[in-house]
Amino acid sequence: MNRNPMWKNVLVIAVIFLGGFFAMPNLYDKDAAVQVSAGRYGKVDLALMSKVELALKAQSVAYIGAELQGDRLLVRLADSTTQLKAKKILDETIKGDYTIALNLASTTPSWLSGMGAEAMNLGLDLRGGVHFLMDVDMDAAIKKALEGLASEFRGLLRDEKIRYKRIQTEADQVIIGFRNSEHRDMALAKISSEYKDLVVEAQNMGTTPSLVIRLTEVTIRETKTTALQQNIITLRNRINELGVAEPTVQQQGDSRIVVQLPGVQDTAQAKKILGGTATLEFRLVDFEHDVQDAVKGRVPATSKIYYHRDGRPYLLQKRVMLTGDHIINSGSTLDSETGTPTVSVTLDGKGARIFSKVTGDNIGNPMAVVLIESKTEVRKVGGKLTKVKRTDAKIISVATIRDQLSKKFQITGLDSGAEASELALLLRAGALAAPIEIVEERTVGPSLGQDNIDKGFQSVMIGFAFVLVFMVIWYRVFGAVANIALTANLILIVALLSLLQATLTLPGIAGIVLTVGMAVDANVLIFERIREELRLGNSPQASIDVGYSKAFSTIADANITTLIAAVVLFGFGTGSIKGFAVTLSLGILTSMFTAIMGTRAVVNSLYGGKHRPKLSI
Amino acid sequence: MQILDKKTDFNFMSKRKIAAVFSILLLLSSITSLLMQGLNFGIDFTGGTMIELSYKEEVKLESIRSTLEKNGYGDAIVQNFGSIHDVLIRLPILETENMAELSNEIVATLQSGNESKIDVRRVEFVGPQVGEELTEQGGLAMLYALIGILIYVSLRFEYRFAIGSVVALVHDVLLTLGFFSILQLEFDLTVLAAILAIIGYSLNDTIVVFDRIRETFLKMRKGTSEVIVNRALNDTLSRTLMTSATTLLVVTSLFFFGGEVIHAFSIALMLGIVVGTYSSVYIASNTILSMGVSKADLMPPEKEGDQDINEDGSQV
Repeated sequence: MNRNPMWKNVLVIAVIFLGGFFAMPNLYDKDAAVQVSAGRYGKVDLALMSKVELALKAQSVAYIGAELQGDRLLVRLADSTTQLKAKKILDETIKGDYTIALNLASTTPSWLSGMGAEAMNLGLDLRGGVHFLMDVDMDAAIKKALEGLASEFRGLLRDEKIRYKRIQTEADQVIIGFRNSEHRDMALAKISSEYKDLVVEAQNMGTTPSLVIRLTEVTIRETKTTALQQNIITLRNRINELGVAEPTVQQQGDSRIVVQLPGVQDTAQAKKILGGTATLEFRLVDFEHDVQDAVKGRVPATSKIYYHRDGRPYLLQKRVMLTGDHIINSGSTLDSETGTPTVSVTLDGKGARIFSKVTGDNIGNPMAVVLIESKTEVRKVGGKLTKVKRTDAKIISVATIRDQLSKKFQITGLDSGAEASELALLLRAGALAAPIEIVEERTVGPSLGQDNIDKGFQSVMIGFAFVLVFMVIWYRVFGAVANIALTANLILIVALLSLLQATLTLPGIAGIVLTVGMAVDANVLIFERIREELRLGNSPQASIDVGYSKAFSTIADANITTLIAAVVLFGFGTGSIKGFAVTLSLGILTSMFTAIMGTRAVVNSLYGGKHRPKLSI
Repeated sequence: MQILDKKTDFNFMSKRKIAAVFSILLLLSSITSLLMQGLNFGIDFTGGTMIELSYKEEVKLESIRSTLEKNGYGDAIVQNFGSIHDVLIRLPILETENMAELSNEIVATLQSGNESKIDVRRVEFVGPQVGEELTEQGGLAMLYALIGILIYVSLRFEYRFAIGSVVALVHDVLLTLGFFSILQLEFDLTVLAAILAIIGYSLNDTIVVFDRIRETFLKMRKGTSEVIVNRALNDTLSRTLMTSATTLLVVTSLFFFGGEVIHAFSIALMLGIVVGTYSSVYIASNTILSMGVSKADLMPPEKEGDQDINEDGSQV
């Protein structure tokens, strides 16, 4: 007799029922939607909702519904054409205070979503969008940290009245040269006591008594981690400014960041904003020395030559009055008197204090605003393509300080309104701690995304149908049982992907297709064994039992080895390969359950109770 | 339906010398081609830019080429992709201000004047260092997969079986790579994934056959090793064909209905399934026979083996 204990049957039924439940949300199509979330000053509330609805009605845009979801407002629309139209209208009416983004809204009924059942996510290759892999320039992060230190040392030594010849940064160290060793020793004592996390060494550079200051390993690592984290935050801010629903910004490895922007089509703008390094520095003009002398080569130790956009050279102090880091808000406007584009800037408390002190001390003196951008270009060096990094520092305006400036002020000298608004956005979102470079881009247009969904779905269904027909012809009733298991397997894979909120990609679909082919292998192994046992003249009941038990270790071995390959794939995985590995591994696991336990439960209930059943195999 | 209703009794191993020669010839030509002309690596590995555009009307590749050339993109390779409306443009890593923005410049150049007629389907850009890392990681992934499998099979079976399965895997991977090299088909990330899937599939097949060989060795009292291996191969023949057939069916469906993007992937898999099935019989089994596996080697079974046999109830 082949009877399953009750608990086994219950388990099989329960798992399949749960699988069906969690797979169900995927049956509901998603609505095209426009998502409004609060910007700096806006508030998402009922008042906003009625304002949005009025605006849409005024332009007679039909929408399915509007609803408040936490801190965002979701307006559902019939299709992507009206979706774009609605976004345009909202951009014109409430932009500025709010971020408006295209999105897809779930239509899963609340009784399903209330119990935690949600549809699986679609990858960018299925829904369209752009994927960037960005490399953070860690050398630049270290260099920046060193330059920050150099600047602090300048201030410290000046305050302590310790005389030095020059301070310079070189590779991974700051070198300070002194006039005599007495001052050098004073500086050594002072710096070592104030900066405990630095390695400070006294050396003689030629005849110059010097200090060589290095970052410790720990500090270097910390600097890198901070740079990466800071960049992730900045990128998030910038993406919010762009208006993207459900963006992903994630660290990958030690120095890389993955950015995924679903639904974004204008990749040129996205690249410009995300990679933008523009930041400002405010420096005092050194008017004690002659610029022309400096251009000829006699540059004073405390100053550096900068060029204005119009080509004129200026001599600016090396010591920075203020950097763009202290800017907390900025916007672009047109100057009310001259009509030229300007950027208004608001400083944080510390920045305002520093700025008001320096400008107060220097009323009547000229000050320069320097726009700094770093770029990477590929150039041929000695026949080989190599990357060259370059920092562009251009003065955009020089003006005499008339008043003590503090929290809010305006900057002029920008080329165009577009440049002004871009700079304002970059200043508002914060500067990157270190420049980033896009090292990989994968963009999928919406039409290809839909194509991929259709084709993927089609190939799964056709392959699946082929296998179903084949199995029934070959193994008759047992084939039909295997088909039930295969269907259950497909449902379980979808349910698991939904439960894990994994992202389904095209390679993921390929993984599912492959699993469908391989999942029947377990049943083929079992059925062939049963046939063999029958041929040997064993009774049907014994054949079933022996067939299942003999095939088991083979199935386990075969699947574990495939799982090893899948796990290696996952570990190696960049995005697309990972998707393939995930569905393949999940498929192997669920197929073990459905093909062995699932079919056994059905076969037992079909034949288990009979004395000498005739097996249709 | 049972085509192989009666017990089959093919003498597979009588052809093992011919099969070995055949395989060695194939392997040699694969290796020669790999050494001589290498693989036609896609931009995933070489770095570069790839743009897929869809035109409303039939496209003239010539006019695209000349437009690109006029604007200084003479290095671009332009070809149709799947249909006469779709175009694929590829560019190597160039000496330029900003590699990542090249695709935008090209799209803007081509679209100028007729935005509505050109739909950007896909853009891929891979920087040079990412490509290099990928090539390295891909090679390592294959190596790790092979080592992991070697260890598992050694534990579950015996070292000869482990070597047999790995020889079969190397054979399958080399032949698939050779096929892509000889025909100069594009080798991209999806093909690499397919090859790793082939490793999994081929191994699955080999393990099933080995399992049966071990069982038959322990069960049959008489017979040379060759007879025993033949018996095991015949016993699993029906299953081998059946599983290959169902998997081939779905992969064929992927090939025909899965779209252009997944073509290379499905070709690699189809080839891998055929080669993987063949290698389980003629490479894996052949290797363990050549290494002189015998009943005595399997008699004092390891712990794992012991348990299995007891479970099976097939031990004599």
